[in-house]
Amino acid sequence: MARPWDFLTATRGGARLHWTDWASYGYLCLGVFLMFFPVVWLVLSSFKTEADLQRYPPTFLPYEQQTVTVAGHDEPLPLFRITGGEHEGMILAQLRRVGLQAQMIDPADPEERLSVAISDYERLERFTLATENYAELFGRFDFLLYFWNSTFITVMATLIMLLTNSMAAFALSKYQFRGRTAVLLLVIGTLMIPQTVVLVPLFLIVSELGMFNSLWGVIIPGAATPTGVFLLRQYMLTIPDEILDAARMDKASEWKIYWRIILPLSAPAIAVLAILAIMWRWNDFLWPLIVLTQSENFTLQLALNSFQGELQTQWSSLLAMTVLTLLPIALVFMFLQKYIATGIASTGGK
Amino acid sequence: MAQRGAGDGLALRVIAPVMRVVEIPMIGLQRVLGINRLAWVFLLPNLLLFGLFAFLPVILNVAYATTGGANVLLEARPQIGLDNFERLLDCANHLDPNTCREDKFWRAVWNTLWFVTLQVGIMVGFSLLTAIVLNGKIRARGFFRSVFFFPVLLSPVVVALIWKWMLQRNGVLNAFLDWAGIGGYNWLVDANWAFAWSVFLSVWAHMGFYTLILLAGLQAIPRDVYEAATMDRASPWRVFRRITLPLLAPTMLVVLVLALIKGVQTFDEVYAFTGGGPGTATTFIIQYIYEEGFAGSPRLFGLSAAASLLVAAVLVVLTLVQLWVNRKNVNG
Repeated sequence: MARPWDFLTATRGGARLHWTDWASYGYLCLGVFLMFFPVVWLVLSSFKTEADLQRYPPTFLPYEQQTVTVAGHDEPLPLFRITGGEHEGMILAQLRRVGLQAQMIDPADPEERLSVAISDYERLERFTLATENYAELFGRFDFLLYFWNSTFITVMATLIMLLTNSMAAFALSKYQFRGRTAVLLLVIGTLMIPQTVVLVPLFLIVSELGMFNSLWGVIIPGAATPTGVFLLRQYMLTIPDEILDAARMDKASEWKIYWRIILPLSAPAIAVLAILAIMWRWNDFLWPLIVLTQSENFTLQLALNSFQGELQTQWSSLLAMTVLTLLPIALVFMFLQKYIATGIASTGGK
Repeated sequence: MAQRGAGDGLALRVIAPVMRVVEIPMIGLQRVLGINRLAWVFLLPNLLLFGLFAFLPVILNVAYATTGGANVLLEARPQIGLDNFERLLDCANHLDPNTCREDKFWRAVWNTLWFVTLQVGIMVGFSLLTAIVLNGKIRARGFFRSVFFFPVLLSPVVVALIWKWMLQRNGVLNAFLDWAGIGGYNWLVDANWAFAWSVFLSVWAHMGFYTLILLAGLQAIPRDVYEAATMDRASPWRVFRRITLPLLAPTMLVVLVLALIKGVQTFDEVYAFTGGGPGTATTFIIQYIYEEGFAGSPRLFGLSAAASLLVAAVLVVLTLVQLWVNRKNVNG
């Protein structure tokens, strides 16, 4: 018994675990539980039927009450296992419940009605994934439309942002021109103007440009970000100027130098920025809430928010939709975790 | 890093023709302007966006704040000078929103102040603790780090719904409390609890980000400083007080300022979580701006703009502090 224990408690330094190490692991495990359980619970719940969701106390896994169709009854009848009394051990179908007594029948012998105290039976259930919650999203709700709106905004905004920001970063890192410092200060200045404090005039400008209630009204205003320009400029500064000079000797145009040399060499920084942009746009809420007021223009985030008002009681669809909304981000996270962590740490967020 | 995968090939096939078409006018411009002035052409799209969607709005915001009425078109709005600001700031006693003309504004201000104080304090505290634990001799550090970081990526609405589902009347938390004999509670109907849970939710969603920055700061502290301390048989607490905290102070400052800037702007997750309620218990300043300008009727754009100028003033100060701190860190 000693050896696995030794193995488990060994540390990198070879010393035994100190009580502080125990405390550390305890804290981290609590953290894992707190961070993951709500999400796991959401996913599990999204596979429960509406009836199962109303149950209290809730069960961990999604269950469905087993039913049986008996001749002479239109509806399938719920099945119960009898745990006490004279019918102990039998599996009976419930006709109706009157107070503390239930009228039941044996599916094999549907003629005879039996009376059972409800304290003497328990539900017969089986593990079932209620995939109809998800199927319903595609049928009854315009899920695909919202998904498309979100995807369109995310992809277009990211592309435009990468293009304009990388062009600006190229100019600011590789050219000596009068007014460069002024432009840099201007870019820093925009750091101080988050969207949240210019909502009213931004709304006017977007309306005047005819982009109110249009996806472009969400895409264009957020396309130029000071963060993106700085991130790319910092990276491009590390690309040696000799490469550019060599290309100019070969009579390459400046535009060609930009997209054939600088862009490919900045790929790591561009990848980081792309991931951040995808995340920002996909999760964006306040600005779309102002610009997009018609439900056919809603993004997933807006649809989710407005449904939680409308479907106060219908959690099954809401939960399934929440899961589908977080899924793309969860996938991006799983595959590109390293990029995201370094990207966010180097830009200081938004 | 720059491997060429199938995806790159596809992207190139789509982008390359576009880039080649753009090259034709760009070569012309290069001939006319010369290489260095061509920089402005590269800057143009970005500057245009900045100008149109960042600087112009700031100027227009002042114009809105000094006009009244419910019309969105500036030329149709009557000049009213500083009336909007007077209306916002008119209070018999600023500590008591009930005595204010625009009581909702002051409720939002006080809610935001309380929220920011609690949220930033708790969040930075837990981020620091988590970063220190992760910086110790821990197996699977990468795994634990990403666990704490994961919620940062979730959208505010998703975060709000996840916790709404956890906390609802016959939800899993109440089931647990019932089982433990404490008894459940209808959390979001109670003003104080709704506020407390909003703070919790916000800490839950964002602490991974600050943990990441603090962990990077901790890892930048040279190991030999700690080794020297161990040789001197300094107690862990002493090491923390005398070595870790002072050396981490610049990072802490960055984290604090960043958290404050974001905290003041809190809207999305709490709005989706409680809708600002019950009553106005969780209505923050950005929600006030949003509701006065866009959700209410009549739409009080002037009041909304005036309030956002006040928030902007706070943010400008905080951002200047942030830039100053960053500069000091880079130089120091």
